[in-house]
Order: sequence, then structure tokens, then C-alpha cells
Amino acid sequence: MTLEQGLFGFFALIAVASSVLMVTRKNPVISALFLVLNFGALSGIYILLRAQFIAVVQVIVYAGAIMVLFLFVIMLLRPEKEKSYFKERPQAKFLAIVIGLLMFAQIIYAVFFAATGKMVDDARRVEIGTIEYIGRELYTTYLLPFEAIAFVLLTATIGALVLSKKKLD
Amino acid sequence: MIPLEYYLILSAFMFVTGVAGVLTRRNAIVVFMSIELMLNSANLTFVAYSSFLGDVVGQLFVFFVMAVAAAEVAIGLAIIIAIFRNKVTINIDEINILKW
Repeated sequence: MTLEQGLFGFFALIAVASSVLMVTRKNPVISALFLVLNFGALSGIYILLRAQFIAVVQVIVYAGAIMVLFLFVIMLLRPEKEKSYFKERPQAKFLAIVIGLLMFAQIIYAVFFAATGKMVDDARRVEIGTIEYIGRELYTTYLLPFEAIAFVLLTATIGALVLSKKKLD
Repeated sequence: MIPLEYYLILSAFMFVTGVAGVLTRRNAIVVFMSIELMLNSANLTFVAYSSFLGDVVGQLFVFFVMAVAAAEVAIGLAIIIAIFRNKVTINIDEINILKW
């Protein structure tokens, strides 16, 4: 087993376990912290895929900014007892498991019949993951989407301010 | 080198977990976090294909998905706070004024 395989197994195990724990924990604060762990593990997997820029942005934007926002809102709101969905509907549990497995099988089926095309060598993978390469593409070919996304963020900021005002005029 | 399928299976598992969270949890914030999980599993697929096919567009798309997710979280959490201010609950079973 090479180091890369070992690291992949380690990060994948953390990602799987933390995603399951995130969904099943009752306390939303603990859920949020498991989601942060999941994002950290994903960042490690991005490094294994040689996508350095995305890995760093994942930690800064997702684990840093977005999850802090989540934690702030959780602590602003009064924690309330969440009733278990399956306690009232015991027959739904069986159905949910069957549907979940079916969906998983469907995606796995799609994965193994996916047209994967030609694989590239490692030098190319390292090259496209650098911030230099991504930045050049972003500011030339994809300039218009980049400007559009800036506008989306501005709109979201104004929208959040308006929505959280005490009284709407 | 780890085969592409491993990344895709991990992504599929995370996506299905996120779907299960959205369908079974009743706390609006946890439902929201499950949606983030699904977005991230899609991002993993994008980056995996981008890296294996040597095409940078997948990683650019992930960049855009992150920006949209940030915008979505800002708006969504503002909506949740506004709902909490009016109904003093974020249980999505009790927020049903748009249902008929």
C-alpha cells in the first residue's frame, strides 16, 4: 500500500463517518462541527487529486466562513427539542433505507458506465491545479461568469441585510 | 494512482447521506447543512473528473459552486432568522404557511 492509498483511505473514512454522524446527531452544534470535519477531510482529498487551490479555498470559504455563519445562527436561535422523524412513523424507516440504497445503487451503476475518456499523466494534473493556471483561465476565458458571480455575491449580501432587518418597510 | 471510481463512490455516498439528512431531519438548519453536504459531494465529482481528464473547467466550476453556496447560505440563514422571529420555531413541520 502506497502512501497515497493510505492517505486516501484515511480521508475517505473520516469523510464517510463524519457525514453519517452529521446527519444522525440530535444537537445541531455537533452536526455543524462534524460538517467542518467533513470539509477538512474533503480538502485532504482535493490535495490528493492535485487541486491545491480548491483545497485551500475549501478550508477558507467552507470550513472557515460558511460554517462560522452556521454556528452563529445556531447559537442565535433557541435550541429546541427535535422529535425523531422515525419515532412517529416506524414503517417509514424501512422505506427510507430501501430508497436510500436504491439511490446509491443507481449512482454506482451510473459511475461504472460513465464515459471516462483519456486519463492524463501526473504532471498535467499538478499543472492545472495551481492558482496560477486557474487564475489565468478565470480572468481570460471565464471572465464573464466571474463578473456575474461577483454580482451574485453582492446581491446576496444586500438581500441578507434586507431580510434580517427588524421591520420591512 | 487511485482509480477515478473510488472518488466517485465516495462522492455518491456523501450525496446519498445528504439526501437522507434533507428527508429525515426536521431542524431547518440541519436540513440546510445536509444541502451543503450534497453540494460538496458534487464538487468532489467535479474535481475528480477535472483532475483525471486534465481539464481545468471542472475546478473553475467548483469555484463558482462555492461562491453560489456562500450566497445561498447568507440568504437562507437570513430567511431562517426571519422565520424564527415570526413563528419562534425552525421546525420545518410547523412552517407550512405555503402549503395548501
